[in-house]
Amino acid sequence: MEDTALFTYCMRLADDSAILSQRLAEWCGHASHLEEDIALTNIALDLIGHARELYTRAGQIEGKGRDEDALCFHRVEREFNNLLLVEQPNDDFAYAIMRQFLFSAFMHPFWEAVMNSKDEQLAGLAAKAEKEAAYHLRHSAEWVIRLGDGTEESHNRINDALEFLWMYTGEMFECDDIVSSLVARDVAIDPMSIRHLWDETVNTVLARANLERPAETWMQTGGRKGEHSEHLGHILSPMQYLQRSFPQAQW
Amino acid sequence: MYTQALNNPTVEAGVEDEQKLAAFQARIDREEKIEPNDWMPAAYRKTLVRQISQHAHSEVVGMLPEGNWVTRAPSLKRKAILLAKIQDEGGHGLYLYSAAETLGVSREELVDQLLSGKAKYSSIFNYPTLNWADVGAVGWLVDGAAILNQIPLCRCSFGPYSRAMTRICKEESFHQRQGYDLLIAMMKGTAAQQEMVQDAVNRLWWPALMMFGPSDKDSKHSAVSMKWKIKRFTNDELRQKFVDATAPQAKVLGISLPDPDLKLNEETGHWEHGEPDWDEFYNTIQGNGICNRQRMKDRIKAHEEGAWVREAAQAYAAKQAAKKSAALGGRT
Repeated sequence: MEDTALFTYCMRLADDSAILSQRLAEWCGHASHLEEDIALTNIALDLIGHARELYTRAGQIEGKGRDEDALCFHRVEREFNNLLLVEQPNDDFAYAIMRQFLFSAFMHPFWEAVMNSKDEQLAGLAAKAEKEAAYHLRHSAEWVIRLGDGTEESHNRINDALEFLWMYTGEMFECDDIVSSLVARDVAIDPMSIRHLWDETVNTVLARANLERPAETWMQTGGRKGEHSEHLGHILSPMQYLQRSFPQAQW
Repeated sequence: MYTQALNNPTVEAGVEDEQKLAAFQARIDREEKIEPNDWMPAAYRKTLVRQISQHAHSEVVGMLPEGNWVTRAPSLKRKAILLAKIQDEGGHGLYLYSAAETLGVSREELVDQLLSGKAKYSSIFNYPTLNWADVGAVGWLVDGAAILNQIPLCRCSFGPYSRAMTRICKEESFHQRQGYDLLIAMMKGTAAQQEMVQDAVNRLWWPALMMFGPSDKDSKHSAVSMKWKIKRFTNDELRQKFVDATAPQAKVLGISLPDPDLKLNEETGHWEHGEPDWDEFYNTIQGNGICNRQRMKDRIKAHEEGAWVREAAQAYAAKQAAKKSAALGGRT
């Protein structure tokens, strides 16, 4: 493979989208009200779109004939490189919303910056994904504020979610050798370069939601190296079951 | 997804102003649309609220059997298609609740009627989806039956319902094609995939025929709905159209339909078919289908677990309104 770094980079981003969309899809038919059912599905659909493009791109770079489905459905837990944040469960709506907010507050400026990537395909995807991420951020931020400044119960629930998920936010800003090498080629961005934007969004929204930003703490890591929480295996089991049971089949 | 003739108790016509009634009927006969603020007989209003809300409930409950496969869809493309389709069903529920609201009931009241078991929804959604081909069979047969029921509703005399149905029918026709496409892909595949398709069709064929409601000889109250142009074809007429359209499609697909009496009558050009098991139909309507209790449990769970979210949104909106009014008050 010519460009292992870009392959890995695409796979990481694809896994983030695929796993988060799978989590969001779990709400389909079960959300608190129809409007929100449709909104969560919308976000899931956007993310599936990103995953498909990124897996396809990764497969082309790899050059072994693996398509989007081969990459998504025929790898095991240790081969998935998504952030730990996106695999965290839907304990309640507050967890789903806070997970989305913390992620989208990063992904919106991320895609905006990647629009300038020297890799044309990545830049092209970024131009589309940036608009979608803007909506994901707006939708989730509005809910963080509503829940934080709603009832005592909703405040407590969104606060619990924030405290639970906070330790998974550090991973978004990690920059290993793979990312650094792509930053040097103007293909990828250094996530620390958008840290101030994430901080600003998070601080503004949490303040409007009457929520206190958690103190800086020990941050979890491992997702990018395939070291996950126990949840990932349970996400992959139903997701991959048909492909693995009938490996010869086309669907 | 669709509405079903459920043989609800006939609404008593009641005493209405005869002149108004005559003028109303004359408008219907001229194919004019009745709009929410127009005068209408109480029984017309009641029939429509019942039918539109049953239809809305069917859309929402109908999200569950397909939702059963969302996390297990076998490819990213199929997952996206399925999610988008279920999302459409949720959207149909929304337009239909809104259409019902124009008749003076609230969505909350209607949802309460569903969750308390007072309101009915289509019997088809009380059947389980047991393999991936069920997702395709639901699109082909269930949405296919729904379209035949719904196309005449685009010409329904009540404006908001007819306009909602125009949009819904377009989306349903897309759903039907995606279902058929899914089945074709599987029929081109391995023996195991072909078996799944045949199994799904074997299980869903009769329930799909039941979607048109009881046989005309047992359907007591179609007459008034026909006169008011809420309904335009009888249950058996629509069922026949469905069989005529579907039987040749089954041949193209390369599967058999589980009805030994099914045969083309060369003279009439219609496909003759056997009778569905009406005992099963009535039992399913009355709550005894294999999934009735589970479907209601799932709806109630989502509603109850979502209560704090809806309350928070209302509390937040109230706080914002109070702030706005305080700010305005401060300036005057």
